Amino acid sequence: MNTEILGVVLQVVLLVAISWPLGRYIAKVYKGERTLLDFWAPVERKIYKICGIDPAEEMNWKQFLKALLTVNLFWFFWGMILLVCQGWLPLNPDGNAGQTPDQAFNTCISFMVNCNLQHYSGESGLTYFTQLYVIMLFQFVTAATGMAALAGIFKAMAGKTVQTIGNFWVYLVKSVTRILLPLSLIVGFILILNGTPMGFDGKQTLTTMEGATQEISQGPTAAIVPIKQLGTNGGGYFGSNSSHPLENPNYLTNATECWSILIIAMSMVFALGFYLQRKKLAAWIYGVMLAAFLTTVCFSVHFEMQGSEQIAEMGISQEIGSMEGKEIRNGSAGTALWAMVTTVTSNGSVNGMHDSLTPLTGMLTMLNMQINCWFGGVGVGFMNYYTFIIIAVFISGLMVGRTPEFLGKKIEAREMKIAVIVALLHPFVILTGTALSSFLAAHSPELASAWLNNPSFHGFSEMLYEYTSSAANNGSGFEGLVDNTPFWNISTGIVLILSRYLPIVGQVAIAGLLAQKKYIPESAGTLKTDTGTFSLMTFAVIFIVAALSFFPALTLGPIADTLSF
Amino acid sequence: MKKIGKTNIVKSIKITLAFCVFLSVFYILILWLFAKAAGPNGGNAEVVTLDGKVVGAANVGQQFSRDIYFWGRPSAVDYNGAGSGGSNKGTTNPEYLAEVEARIDTFLVKHPYLQRSEVPAEMVTASGSGLDPHISPAGAAVQVRRVAEARGLSVESVQALVEEYTEKPLLGLFGTPTVNVLKLNIALDERTR
Repeated sequence: MNTEILGVVLQVVLLVAISWPLGRYIAKVYKGERTLLDFWAPVERKIYKICGIDPAEEMNWKQFLKALLTVNLFWFFWGMILLVCQGWLPLNPDGNAGQTPDQAFNTCISFMVNCNLQHYSGESGLTYFTQLYVIMLFQFVTAATGMAALAGIFKAMAGKTVQTIGNFWVYLVKSVTRILLPLSLIVGFILILNGTPMGFDGKQTLTTMEGATQEISQGPTAAIVPIKQLGTNGGGYFGSNSSHPLENPNYLTNATECWSILIIAMSMVFALGFYLQRKKLAAWIYGVMLAAFLTTVCFSVHFEMQGSEQIAEMGISQEIGSMEGKEIRNGSAGTALWAMVTTVTSNGSVNGMHDSLTPLTGMLTMLNMQINCWFGGVGVGFMNYYTFIIIAVFISGLMVGRTPEFLGKKIEAREMKIAVIVALLHPFVILTGTALSSFLAAHSPELASAWLNNPSFHGFSEMLYEYTSSAANNGSGFEGLVDNTPFWNISTGIVLILSRYLPIVGQVAIAGLLAQKKYIPESAGTLKTDTGTFSLMTFAVIFIVAALSFFPALTLGPIADTLSF
Repeated sequence: MKKIGKTNIVKSIKITLAFCVFLSVFYILILWLFAKAAGPNGGNAEVVTLDGKVVGAANVGQQFSRDIYFWGRPSAVDYNGAGSGGSNKGTTNPEYLAEVEARIDTFLVKHPYLQRSEVPAEMVTASGSGLDPHISPAGAAVQVRRVAEARGLSVESVQALVEEYTEKPLLGLFGTPTVNVLKLNIALDERTR
C-alpha cells in the first residue's frame, strides 16, 4: 500500500487511540480528582497565593465571564504596548523594528483571541522578546481561556440545580500546568531531537556550495511550535509556518505536530463524557464529528494526490500529486490531511500553502472553518457544537411535540435567542466582510490588483478565506492576499473580536442560565439526546445553518474556480 | 460590584506576570538547556560541512544551478533563509501556468534526453517554504545523466550514490521517500576528488 496513505492512517489512528485516555485525564483535572501530575499542586498553590486567588471561591456565570473578559482586555494592552515598542526592547539580535499601530492592533487581537492570523512574517516582524512574551505567552493563556470556559460549561452541565460554575482562575491555571505545559514539553523534546532550533543566537550567515551567501533565520522555535499546535493557535514562528524545514524538519515531526493540533480538541469530547458520566452522549457527539472530519480528509487526500488538472494537461508526471506550495517530506497526502486538521480545529498552522491547494480542497478548508465545530478549537470547538445541540433540541422537541430539554434542563426562549444569535453571527460577519471587500475590489481595480495575488474566482476565494479564517479564529490564509494594509488589519481585527467573545459569552451564559434552572429527572417523555437519531438531527441543523448559508459564496469562489477550466 | 472589577484587574496583572515567569522563563529554560545538551547543533540550525568548511544548513535547501550538481525545486523566495514563503499561486491562475510551462521548457533544454512526460511536477513547481531541502527519488533520477556527463562519471556510479542518499519513509512505512539535495551534492564533491 502507498506509504503516503499509510502515514495518514497512522496519524488518524494515533489521534483516536490517545484521545480516550487523555479525555479521562482532562475530566479528572477539572473535577479536581487525583492525577499523575499532582506534584504540580504546590506550584499552583504558590501561583494562587501570589495572585490573590482563592481557589475555593465559586463564581456564578456572570462573575466567571467578568474575570475572563477582564484578563483578556489586560492582555490586549500588554500585547499592543510590547509589539509597538519591540524595536527598543531586549532580545532583538536581528534588529527588527516595532510594528505599526494598525499591524500591532491586528497581531495583538489575533493572538489574544487564539486566532493567530499573521499579517507579518515572523522572521522580520517580531523579535525574540515579543515571540516569547507576547506570541508564546498568548498561545498558552488564550488556549487556556477557551479550555477554562469549557470547564465552566462542564460544571454547569453536570450540576442538577446550581448557581455557580467553578472558579475561572483555577481552571485557567490548571489548563496550563496540567495539560498544555506537560504536552508542550514532550512535543518540544521531539522537535529539538529532530533538528528544530532552540537558541537565541540570531541569524546564521553562511556561504553555499555555489559560493552564494545565505542567511538562515533561527531562534527559540522549538518552544513556540508545540504550543502553537496544542493550543490550536497556529501562529508559526517562521513566515511559512510548519512548511518551513526548520519548524518541521521531517515526517516524524510532521506527524507529531499534526497530531498535536487535534488531540486536545478531540479529547475534550471524551472529557465531557467522563465529567458528566454520560459516555454514550459523548460517544455520539464524537462519532458525528469524526465522521464529518474523516469525510473531508478522504476527499482532500484524493484531490491532492490526484494532482492538478491544469498541470496534468501540460503532459508532465504528477506521480506524487499536486506539489505547488507543498514540501516533499510532507507529501501531498500529508499536506491534505494537515489542511483538514488545521481547519476543523481553529488552529490555522499550515505545512503547505493553502492558496495553492486544488480548488476543491480549498473549498473543504473553508467549509470546515465555516462549520467550525468538528472538534473545533480547544474548548471553544465543543462550545460551538453545544450551541447547535441547543438549537437541535428545540427543533426536534417541537417536531415530536415534547418539551425541549437537555440534560434535565428545559430550554426556553432566552437560551434559544442567544443560541440563534451565536449561530448566525458566524455567517453574518464572514459574508458581510467578504461582500464589503469584494465591493471595494470591484469598484476600484487598483485596490484589487494591490490586494489579490490571483485573478477572478480564485481572487474572490482569497478574500472569502480571509474573513472565514478570521471569524473561525483559525488564522490560516490564502496567503497570496496582501493583507498587511490598514483596511485588512482593522476589518479582520473587528471580525476577530466579535467572533471570539460573543460566542464565548453567549455559550457560557446559556450554560449558566440552564444550570440555575430546576432539574427535571428523565422520564419516558424526555427527548433522548444520546441516540443516533438525535445526532443525525444535530448534524442536519449544523449543515443547514452553518454550511448552506455559505454555498452561494463557495459557488462563486472555489466551485467556479474548478469549473472554469 | 466595583470592588470585584478592581480585584479582577489586579489578579489579571499578577497572573500575567506569574505566567511570564512560569512559561517565558522556566519552560523556555528547560527546552533551551535540553537543546544545548541534546540538539543536533546545540540549539542552532544543524549545519553540514565540506572539507571542514560549513556550506549549508542540513535542513534548509539552497540554490543549485551548475550542471555538476543536482538541483532542488523552484523557490518563490530564491532560497533566502532570512525569510520564507511559497508562490501562493492558485492552480488555475493563467499567469502561473505560463510560468510552469516556461520552467518545463527550460528543464527539457537542460535535460535533452528526457521525454516531456518524464518531467516530475515537483521540479517545476515551487515549494511551500521556498526552502525545501528535498526532491523525490524520481526528481533525482531524471537528473542523474546530466550530472554524470558534466562530471565525466558513469551513470551507474551516480545512480548508486543517489540510491545511497535516498531516505526511506518513516520506519519504511509512513510518508514519502526523500533525497536531501545538499547532502547528495556534498557526497558527489567528496567522491569525485
